Amino acid sequence: MPSLATATFRQSLSVSFTVGLYGIACGAASVAAGLSVLQTCALSLLTFTGASQFAAVGVVGAGGGAAAAIATAGLLGTRNALYGLQMAPRLQLRGWRRILAAHWTIDESTNVAIAQEPVGPAAVTAGFWLTGGGVYLFWNIFTLAGALGAKSIGSPSAWGLDAAVPAAFLGLLWPRLTTRSTRGIAVGAALFALGATTALPPGTAIIASAVVAVLAGWRGNK
Amino acid sequence: MTLWIVVLGTSAVCFATKVAGYLIPARWLHHERVQRINALMPIVLLSALVAVQSLTSKTHLVIDHRLGGMAVAIGALIARAPFPVVVLSAALTSALLVHWH
Repeated sequence: MPSLATATFRQSLSVSFTVGLYGIACGAASVAAGLSVLQTCALSLLTFTGASQFAAVGVVGAGGGAAAAIATAGLLGTRNALYGLQMAPRLQLRGWRRILAAHWTIDESTNVAIAQEPVGPAAVTAGFWLTGGGVYLFWNIFTLAGALGAKSIGSPSAWGLDAAVPAAFLGLLWPRLTTRSTRGIAVGAALFALGATTALPPGTAIIASAVVAVLAGWRGNK
Repeated sequence: MTLWIVVLGTSAVCFATKVAGYLIPARWLHHERVQRINALMPIVLLSALVAVQSLTSKTHLVIDHRLGGMAVAIGALIARAPFPVVVLSAALTSALLVHWH
């Protein structure tokens, strides 16, 4: 069925390119937070999970230490373990292919792959690899572009970069606010983080906010 | 040096998490409470990041040009604008406020 394979290919490619564009914001935010272009590119190549990268540079930009930055990024990345759990039986991989698949297991590759389920197992596998590889390619190209761009413009606030970063976070958050309770929890977390900023050491407010997720999830408020 | 620790530490932790998903038995994460907390974690952390990055400076609450940019970003999201439009409109608004100030 070539037409279905084409649909998988097209969907993978369009997701890859669109998501890759986020890399510009990520690269720019990273340089604005004080990382070098090389460090910024290394972060995208080696970490390759956007929200965690944004979080790490966000904590650094807010004056936080390495431990707070790594812990915040790590907590944001825990959902990738659940994606791996879903992909493992579908891909059935061993050795280096499993390592590469793990590195490319992100929101987009998992969701495109699972969306191909009605088409068949081959389309699931194709959707995963095409989207994972495609996002990896575009994400890293656009990270470099964003990093070089931010480096050449000088003052971040003169170009609105200091507003672009929280706007990018908001763009990542917005599609997740699907229910009344998630909206309530998001507002609660924002207020908690603002309070924590004035009370806790610099850069630790965000990681401290994780307690809101634990409390809300514990009670089963969903 | 600290920044390289952040880069490599973040990479190591995030990669280990991804690999763990392929290695650990499925039932470990099947716990309902674990699933709920895990689903809420990105919402809470992203929301905290939005608030801290748009309304604080070091350990103080501040209202400045960034808030104008965020207001425009919210408007763009409500209007279902694509991601680059959201980010660029926020940046443009904020930059104009900086220049006019």
